[in-house]
Amino acid sequence: MRCLQVSNQDLEERIPSYEELEKLENEEAGDRPKWDNKAQYMLTIVGFCVGLGNVWRFPYLCQSHGGGAFMIPFLILLVLEGVPLLHLEFAIGQRLRKGSVGVWSAIHPYLTGIGIGSMCVSFLVSLYYNTIMAWVMWYFFNSFQETLPWSQCPVNANMTGLVSECERSSPVDYYWYRETLNTTPDIDNTGGLQWWMVLCHVSAWALLFICISRGIETTGKAVYITSTLPYAVLTIFLIRGLTLKGSLNGVKFLFTPDMNELMNPTTWLDAGAQVFYSFSLAFGGLLSFSSYNSVHNNCEQDAVIISIVNGATAVYAATVIYTIIGFRATEKFDDCISGNILTLLNTFDLPEGNVTENNYDQVLHSLNGTYPEVIQGLNLKTCDLNSFLSEGVEGTGLAFIVFTEAITKMPVSPVWSVLFFIMLFCLGLSSMFGNIEGVLVPLQDLGVFPKSWPKEAIAGTTCVLCCLVGLIFVQGSGNYWLSLFDSYGGSIPLLIIAFCEMVGVVYLYGIDRFNDDIEFMIGHKPNLFWQITWRFVSPAIMFVIFVFYFITKVQETPMYKAWNPESENFPTLEEKEYPSWIFAIIFILAGIPGLSVPLTAIYKCLRNRCCKKDNEFKQDDLNTILSSVWNLKNSIACKVTQWHK
Amino acid sequence: MVSKTLNAPNGYKVRISLKTALGEDAYEWNQSEMFFFQATMAFAMRRHFQMETYNVDNIILCVQTSRVSFWFVVTSPDNTTMLIPKADVEKAVRMSRHRINNAFLLSDRTLEFLGIYPTLAAPVNPDTPPWLIVFGVVIGAVCVGIIALLISSLLQKRRKEKGMTEDGQDEEDMQVKGVENGINLDGTYNRGFTDDDRFTKL
Repeated sequence: MRCLQVSNQDLEERIPSYEELEKLENEEAGDRPKWDNKAQYMLTIVGFCVGLGNVWRFPYLCQSHGGGAFMIPFLILLVLEGVPLLHLEFAIGQRLRKGSVGVWSAIHPYLTGIGIGSMCVSFLVSLYYNTIMAWVMWYFFNSFQETLPWSQCPVNANMTGLVSECERSSPVDYYWYRETLNTTPDIDNTGGLQWWMVLCHVSAWALLFICISRGIETTGKAVYITSTLPYAVLTIFLIRGLTLKGSLNGVKFLFTPDMNELMNPTTWLDAGAQVFYSFSLAFGGLLSFSSYNSVHNNCEQDAVIISIVNGATAVYAATVIYTIIGFRATEKFDDCISGNILTLLNTFDLPEGNVTENNYDQVLHSLNGTYPEVIQGLNLKTCDLNSFLSEGVEGTGLAFIVFTEAITKMPVSPVWSVLFFIMLFCLGLSSMFGNIEGVLVPLQDLGVFPKSWPKEAIAGTTCVLCCLVGLIFVQGSGNYWLSLFDSYGGSIPLLIIAFCEMVGVVYLYGIDRFNDDIEFMIGHKPNLFWQITWRFVSPAIMFVIFVFYFITKVQETPMYKAWNPESENFPTLEEKEYPSWIFAIIFILAGIPGLSVPLTAIYKCLRNRCCKKDNEFKQDDLNTILSSVWNLKNSIACKVTQWHK
Repeated sequence: MVSKTLNAPNGYKVRISLKTALGEDAYEWNQSEMFFFQATMAFAMRRHFQMETYNVDNIILCVQTSRVSFWFVVTSPDNTTMLIPKADVEKAVRMSRHRINNAFLLSDRTLEFLGIYPTLAAPVNPDTPPWLIVFGVVIGAVCVGIIALLISSLLQKRRKEKGMTEDGQDEEDMQVKGVENGINLDGTYNRGFTDDDRFTKL
């Protein structure tokens, strides 16, 4: 594929050669940090990849796209898209031994924009991701009470009844929207800073700072807990869940395959997007972490193992979540039926036990035959188990509304609540390590901070800055800002960057050189599968997903769901259009990281042309002469001392 | 048969759900239980008014169904044709609601007086919200962690500086003796070839 490779002069001067790498490896020289052991590296990567998305996005996708049938596109795209991209990032990071900005400027100065784009995306995602951590911490703090505060509605001011907003919706909804977020009815009202959320926000950033203050020295220790605890808690929940009534309904609902969904292109798109975002590709964090590895680490094996672990965790978490959801749905269904039965008993003065769940339909039918007007007047609710099972089960709604409600119905609720929120916190914190790595290392590479500053100061300044900017998300309208950042900042730019990464490595760096590098590092050349996926399949999939995503986002009018007690359909969320000034924000979120790739290239190109090229050449020649003289001096020195032996 | 609403302006309908409340241990509702109810209501009326002597005969029950539900009215002890107004009966029931419930091993939900809504429990407001306590613990630990971190990094820095100055002296001595790569050499070391400035700046 020589014809497709762009000529890349001076590449050898920007990247360490094989001899230099061997020297670094053997003499352990160089000031780059290193992993204490392989387990730390693997746990950090697993922690970065396995995040909140595995718990609250994948189960929803699985259930809404045909259950067990969703596994097919998910697994296919995992193999064709996830694993190759992962291997690529691991290998290039390990080979070039720099953070994202360093790697891309080494491959070609014009590609520095990819690194900068990664840094911008990591920064934007870190901002809002840690607010979710703050929410988790708030719920965690409130779990240490005998009756969980979201299990019942509070009494209103004159103690005549329950608070109206709570009565019309539900205790968990009220607790989430009013007592936690204190949401405003629309994004224009900022609602001011919510002091309790500010406290949680600050504590989330402070905790993060402790863990990342010395880079992988501290995160390497933290991941022993943050990456393993979620698995332990998931297992505990699985065991607890399977002993609850109705859990198997949930699991059946999750995995019942509907093969017709495979014909729907949205299913494949969603599967591709999920694989992509789940692997935290294009954030720059994976590149950084791999660059701390030893040169001969088997990155191919790592990529395969991590992919399997990530996929398996997603399926495992989905199972656990759905046992609990099945339990909650069954409880709600039972309550609904009991309510109807009670109404019937009261209206017709029938003795208790006459109408049970089993003969409910029969009795209703016969009563409807004899007294149809009365039955109509009763307004009996229709109880459908499937509708309870498919209720709002993704994103924050799953964790803070549905799951918390399920926990209140379990015996010894505070224990389960504490465990659940610790698990969510660990999942999120380990992902934050990767996000922050993708911000700190490029900042260091770009020389934004003075070299004399210690690591702790750099980490501290970044955390303080992010904490202050993140205060947008703890206002009354914070939730709306967060979903805005999530949909536009954390989606399209990543696709662009990942696509540029693949093209950059395969066609600018050179796939042949890359193959040789991998042979040097792990001992054998990558086989045909990698060649085909790197060169054609994975970039094509990325491109298709990007185009579809872009078209969908551009075509639809951006809407958001607001919690408005005054709206007609309360407690259903009200769909509102974004105000026009939001489009400027959307452009900043999605446009700047994405456009940084071409813009930086143009900037560098212009700067190159501006400075006189002759001078540069003279400088280069002079440097070459000096370094050869230097080498000569050193060899003479060696010979002199040897002669003296 | 659809339940009737009596035109009884001074009466209350009572509904009892034994099976919901007690499940397996539910007792049978029979005439003795009805008598017990009359006695309890008489007690409630006595307790409220404190002067008049209400008796079991003053509580009149009617329209008993198998649900179990029935209506009752209260007559004045002095004049059996005169009914006690609804409001007074309500006050009496509210006052002794807890005792009435406990007499039958039931609760507000399972022993319903239709029209008399249960008073809501006053919310328990602890002095410090419990979450602040947990927050305080966590933030305290975080602060301790940050201070420990800063102290340890300062100590590390000092040790490095100390070690560097000591090492520096050792290196000079070694260089005078001509030790290179751990091998003792007899010759004098030519300082012209030391690695002090790797690149001389132009």
